[in-house]
Amino acid sequence: MRKRKLCVLGAALAGMLMLGGCGKEEPTEYLTVFNYGEYMDPDVIDRFTEETGIGIKYEEALTPEELYAKYISGAIDYDLVCSADYMIQRLIEEGEAQKVDFASMEYADNIGDRFWEFSQAFDPDNEYALPYFYGTIGILYDTTKVDAPIDSWGVLFDGSYKNDIIMQNSQRDTFMITLKYLGHSLNTSDEGELREAQELLIRQKPDVQAYLVDEARDEVVAGNAAMAVVYSGEAYLGHEYNEDLAYVVPKEGSNVWIDSWIVTKHCKNPEAAAKFLDFLCREDVAEQNFEYIYYSTPNQAVVENMDEELRNDPAITPTEEDLAKCEVCTQTDPEITKLYNELWKELKAD
Amino acid sequence: MKRKYLATPYIIWVIGFTLLPLITIGVSAFTGDDGAFTWDGVLAIAEPINRQALLFSLAIAFGCTMICILLAYPAALFLKSFRFKRKGFTIFLLVLPMWMNFILRILAWQMILSKNGILNFILGRFGAAPLAVSNTWISLMIGMVYDFLPYMILPIFNAISDIDEDLIEAARDLGAGSGAVFCKVIFPLSVPGMLSGIVMVFVPAMTSFVIADILGGGKLQLIGNIIEQEFMKSMNWHLGAGLSISLMILVLIGLAFTMRGDMEERGTALW
Repeated sequence: MRKRKLCVLGAALAGMLMLGGCGKEEPTEYLTVFNYGEYMDPDVIDRFTEETGIGIKYEEALTPEELYAKYISGAIDYDLVCSADYMIQRLIEEGEAQKVDFASMEYADNIGDRFWEFSQAFDPDNEYALPYFYGTIGILYDTTKVDAPIDSWGVLFDGSYKNDIIMQNSQRDTFMITLKYLGHSLNTSDEGELREAQELLIRQKPDVQAYLVDEARDEVVAGNAAMAVVYSGEAYLGHEYNEDLAYVVPKEGSNVWIDSWIVTKHCKNPEAAAKFLDFLCREDVAEQNFEYIYYSTPNQAVVENMDEELRNDPAITPTEEDLAKCEVCTQTDPEITKLYNELWKELKAD
Repeated sequence: MKRKYLATPYIIWVIGFTLLPLITIGVSAFTGDDGAFTWDGVLAIAEPINRQALLFSLAIAFGCTMICILLAYPAALFLKSFRFKRKGFTIFLLVLPMWMNFILRILAWQMILSKNGILNFILGRFGAAPLAVSNTWISLMIGMVYDFLPYMILPIFNAISDIDEDLIEAARDLGAGSGAVFCKVIFPLSVPGMLSGIVMVFVPAMTSFVIADILGGGKLQLIGNIIEQEFMKSMNWHLGAGLSISLMILVLIGLAFTMRGDMEERGTALW
């Protein structure tokens, strides 16, 4: 009895192996793609291999800094890298990117002009970077807990919502919005302006309930705080959980961030890389990716096809008006980064 | 001399996971960005912000250790009074939470203590005013005591269990009351256990950063948080390593003083 069972099991296993073996051909070309975790629908990758016969080796990182450290260590030669604007800028400045002929791509036109313009902040001639997803930083607030609709960063600083505010536990984001509130550029390298922002943050600290990253949204959803500084994508999900939540990009302006793709200098098969980027821009693929991630997509074809509700949600589709107020972060000067670190520690020590 | 080979796994472990990392940290600590020797990283502990974080960590760790001792003695005496079977079960209950990841347990505390959390819900039911302890040093302290208490109870309980009943009876015969028995017999004889408890509570409390991050809402800065920031966010490994080394030296000096008397008396401690 026992033996027969084993036989059946063995036959089943062999069958499975054979099925798996003859299902599809092994790709001959490969691309090594480096992206954040959960930042592409796995199905999209399979579809690409099916359509083109080019295999994808997919590598993941958690933060731009981790991505950079892994990239620079040189353990793996990545062909394509997706990261945040300031990190892409750094990689381009360090000569790690190679030029891509976007004009010859079939679907690159789907990316709206506005986003090519934003990209020019770190890629002046649009030669290297292809916009992937983008978003803004703003205030997610509980409409049942505020007296009037919020339209200014001022509510975070004027003491009207004591102990009801969640700030981002990230020096870049927290300083950026404070600089904007004070009417400065978020890319300032003026020490006086940065210290002015720090002073304001120190004065604000007693009113802040907590400095959080991922949980910022959850605290507002749970009703523990009236408002939080969040990324727009988080705001959309927050609204899904709690209908009373609203998202606003304050009138003083904010940061617009763009995650983009570059082809690295290590890539030996630029045509395959270009094919992959073109594939990502294709409407049906971009739409599938968007429905997996729910960040703002720069792909106009997808935006035009969206439900009315999504298209009018400022957390998914920032308005022209909002975007006009926003700046791309391009501050990569090591001296300023050092000053940021010091100011942040002083704020936390206070 | 015999069976020296039994030590091989231990030696490999120590070299790979204690010595090598220590050397890497040491090299990072005593060099600068240019690779040249410098004291800057190690001396940075004296800078006002780092010093302030260090003092705050000291205060928190000291408070946490004291509270743990105060809670552990009654618990250990209570456990001692149990008969054998129930004793085993009670210790099992004490250790049980440690089978679950401590970050999860700290996250649970966050939910209990938060503004609309479980604690305030219960207080509200009884008509009491809500407590605003979340994201303050009080919630940090609660989390730390909760997390480290078993490490204090177990060694103290072991030490107390080892005390010969006859000694206690003799003290009673000579007319000592419960208080006197505790002060003159039980406490002095349990000091070695308490000292290992102190080591196992004070040192992690002094160097932790996760509990402060979760229960302090990012508003409290222990020296561990500064070191974490230097490594993970500022990418300044030399400074982070320097601070780690100076913290390690300070802890070692502190322990040397604490353990000196004990080592001389007993030769071995319980840890």
